[in-house]
Amino acid sequence: MYVAVKGGEAAIANAHALLADRRRGDRSVPALRLDQIVEQLALGVDRVMSEGSLYDRELAALAIVQARGDMIEAIFLVRAYRTTLPRFGYTKAIDTGAMLVERRVSATYKDLPGGQLLGPTFDYTHRLLDPELAAGGDVAEPLQRASEAEAMQRVSAILAREGLIEPDGDMPQDHVPGDITREPLEFPMARDIRLQALSRGDEGFLLALGYSTQRGYARNHPFVGEVRIGEVELELDVPELPFAVPLGSVRVTECQMVNQFKGSAKAPPQFTRGYGLVFGQSERKAMAMALCDRALRASEFGEDVVAAAQDEEFVISHSDNVQATGFVEHLKLPHYVDFQAELDLVRRMRAEHDARENAGKAEEKREAAE
Amino acid sequence: MREQEARDQQLERKAVMATLAQSTGDDIVRLWNAAGLPSEAELLRGPETGLVTVRGRIGGGGAPFNVGEATVTRATVRLTSGQVGHCYTMGRDKQKAKLAAIADALWQDPTRRNEVETKLIAPLQAALASERERRRAETEATKVDFFTMVRGED
Amino acid sequence: MDIATQAIEGSFADPVFDAQTVFRAVMDAMARPGTLQPLPIFARPPAPLSATAGAIALALCDNDTPLWLDPVLQAPAAVKSWLGFHTGAPLANTPADAHFALIATPAEMMALDGFSQGTQDYPDRSTTLILQVGDLVSGAPLLLEGPGIERTATIAPAQMPRHFVEQWKQNNQRFPRGIDIVLATPDGVACLPRTTRIKTMEA
Repeated sequence: MYVAVKGGEAAIANAHALLADRRRGDRSVPALRLDQIVEQLALGVDRVMSEGSLYDRELAALAIVQARGDMIEAIFLVRAYRTTLPRFGYTKAIDTGAMLVERRVSATYKDLPGGQLLGPTFDYTHRLLDPELAAGGDVAEPLQRASEAEAMQRVSAILAREGLIEPDGDMPQDHVPGDITREPLEFPMARDIRLQALSRGDEGFLLALGYSTQRGYARNHPFVGEVRIGEVELELDVPELPFAVPLGSVRVTECQMVNQFKGSAKAPPQFTRGYGLVFGQSERKAMAMALCDRALRASEFGEDVVAAAQDEEFVISHSDNVQATGFVEHLKLPHYVDFQAELDLVRRMRAEHDARENAGKAEEKREAAE
Repeated sequence: MREQEARDQQLERKAVMATLAQSTGDDIVRLWNAAGLPSEAELLRGPETGLVTVRGRIGGGGAPFNVGEATVTRATVRLTSGQVGHCYTMGRDKQKAKLAAIADALWQDPTRRNEVETKLIAPLQAALASERERRRAETEATKVDFFTMVRGED
Repeated sequence: MDIATQAIEGSFADPVFDAQTVFRAVMDAMARPGTLQPLPIFARPPAPLSATAGAIALALCDNDTPLWLDPVLQAPAAVKSWLGFHTGAPLANTPADAHFALIATPAEMMALDGFSQGTQDYPDRSTTLILQVGDLVSGAPLLLEGPGIERTATIAPAQMPRHFVEQWKQNNQRFPRGIDIVLATPDGVACLPRTTRIKTMEA
C-alpha cells in the first residue's frame, strides 16, 4: 500500500527562513565576506574543494558560509553545483616534479636535493591557544631567504636509482583513466579509479583507516618518503589550438608513502609505495590516502586480505561522505508507512509470543498440579 | 626554417596565454584600461564557465588518473581585422576570459603585437615573477639547516 | 572562407535557449515516434552536415560523448573542426565506441548492428544515430506501432538504409539493447526509438 501524504509546505518555508536568520546570527556582528574565508579559513576551503571535488576557492567559501560551517553540508553543496557545469575536457597530467614548492619534507632522507622546507606548518607549534590572535593583533611579514631555483626531484626517484623501490604505478599502454563521475563503481577496480575515489574521500574516514593499518590491521610499515605542497600548472588540449592551452595553477598536496615489504610469491623484497594526491593544502588527507592506497594493493602483492583497510569494496563504497550522509540522514525523513507496517508485524509477533508463553505457563501449572 | 618559425611563434603565443591565465582579472583590467586597449570584440563563443577534470599521475610519474574538477571560463572572440583569439582560464571571471581572448587576438595582429607585449604582457609577467620569487624566498627561509654534533675525540 | 572561420561560426546564437528548444523537440519526437517536431534553423554548420543535424549535435553532444561520422562527413576537415570547437565531443575510434553517430548518407550506411548496442546491465550505453534525410514523405512508407503511438503512425523517410525494415526487426529483437534513431529533416526532427516496431505494410 502506498499512501501519499501532502502538507508541511508552510512549515518548510518558515524553517528555511529561520535557517537564514540563524545563519546570519546577531546582526550587530559584521557579516562574513567570502574573501575573509578564502584568506583566513584557507584549509577549510581546501577541504571543501578536495572532498567536493571542485577546485574553486570562492565557491567553496560560499558553500562554507551557506552551510554555517558544516563541512559535509558545504561539500554536498559544491558537489551539487558542479553537476550544473559542462565539462570542457581532461587536463594533461600535472607534473608534481615541476611544482612551485611551498612545503616539502621527507622522513626518509635528511639531506636531499632542495632540502627540507617546512613551509607554513602546524608541526612544532605548541598547540597553545593564542590570545593575541583573538585580539586581532598585527602579524609580522614572513622572513625571506635568497634561493637558487632548483628543480626538486621527487624522493621516489632517488630511491629508484638503487632499484630497491617499485616504479611509479603503470597501467596498460592504451588504458584510458577511469572516471567515477561518468561510470558507476565496479569491483574489483583498477588503481587509477581507486585513487580518484580516495582523493575525494572523507578525510576522517581515510584517517581512521590509515590509523588502523598502523595499529596492526594490515600493517604495511610506512615511511613518509615525501610530502610536498605547492602549485602546479594545468594545461588542456583543445581542438581549436595546435598546443595545449595553459589554464593557470592549482595548489595540491602530494604524499609518497614508502612501505617496507618483505617479499612474497609475487614480488621480491623491496620498498612498495602508496600514493596520495589531493587538492589544496591537506597533508593529513594525502598521507591517509597514501596509507589506504597501499593497503588496497594487498592482492597485487599477494598479501592476505584480512583487514578493513584492504577491502576495496568496503573502503571505496564508504569513503564518499556525500553518499554516506545522504543515506544516514535520509532515515529522519518520513517513514510513516514503513513503520506502520513494522508496527503491525511486531504487534502480531508479540501476540504470538505471548500466546505461546501463556500456553507454556498453563502447561507448567497443569503439570505442577498433577 | 618556416616550420621552426611557426613553432617558435606557437610557443610565444602559449607563453602569452599562460601569463594571462596566471594573472588576476583585476591586474588585467587595470593594465588594459591604462593601455587603452579595445575592450570589445565579436564574441564567437562564451564567455562561458565549465569544468575541466584535473589529472595526476600514479606515484607522481606513472599512469594518469583523475583527481577532481576545476572551474574554467573560456571565450573566443574575433576582431574586425579578422584575428580570432581564444582564452581558457581557471575560475569564473568572465570579464577576464573575454579580455584575455581579445589580447590573444590582438597579439596575433603584427601591427598590435608590440603594444600588447609591452603594455600588458610584460608588466603582468614581471608581477608574476616577483610574486613567485617572493613565495620561493619565504619558503626558503623555512629550510632546515642541519648541524652535525661532533662527539668524542676523533 | 577558410576552415578556421568555418569551424568557429554558425553555432547557436543563444546557446541556452536554442539548446533547450532543440532538446525539447528531440525529446518530444522520441516520446511520440513518427511525428515530425518542427525546428527552425538554429545552426549553420559546414556542408555536408545539415542545419538540423548540426543543431541536434550542438544540443546533445559534449566532451563526454564520443561521436562517429560517416565517411561523407569525415571527409571535410571543416565538419570535424566545427563539431570539435562547438561541442567538444571527441571522435570515436570505431562506431562501436560512439555515443552518437552523425550520418549524412543513410542509404549507404553500415549495418545497424555495427554500432554500440549497449549492454544488458546498461542498455543506455548504445549509440544514438542521427540520420540526415531529405523528407519524411518520399521514401518507402513505414507503418509504426509501439509505446508513444496511440494506434499506428506512418512516415516515409527518404534515403533510408538498405534492408532497413529487416534490420529494424533485428534491432527490436535485441531489446533492451539496441540503437535509437533520430531523423533530421530540413524542417525538423522525427525519431525511431528502439521500442518502436515497424509493421510490414500489405502491398
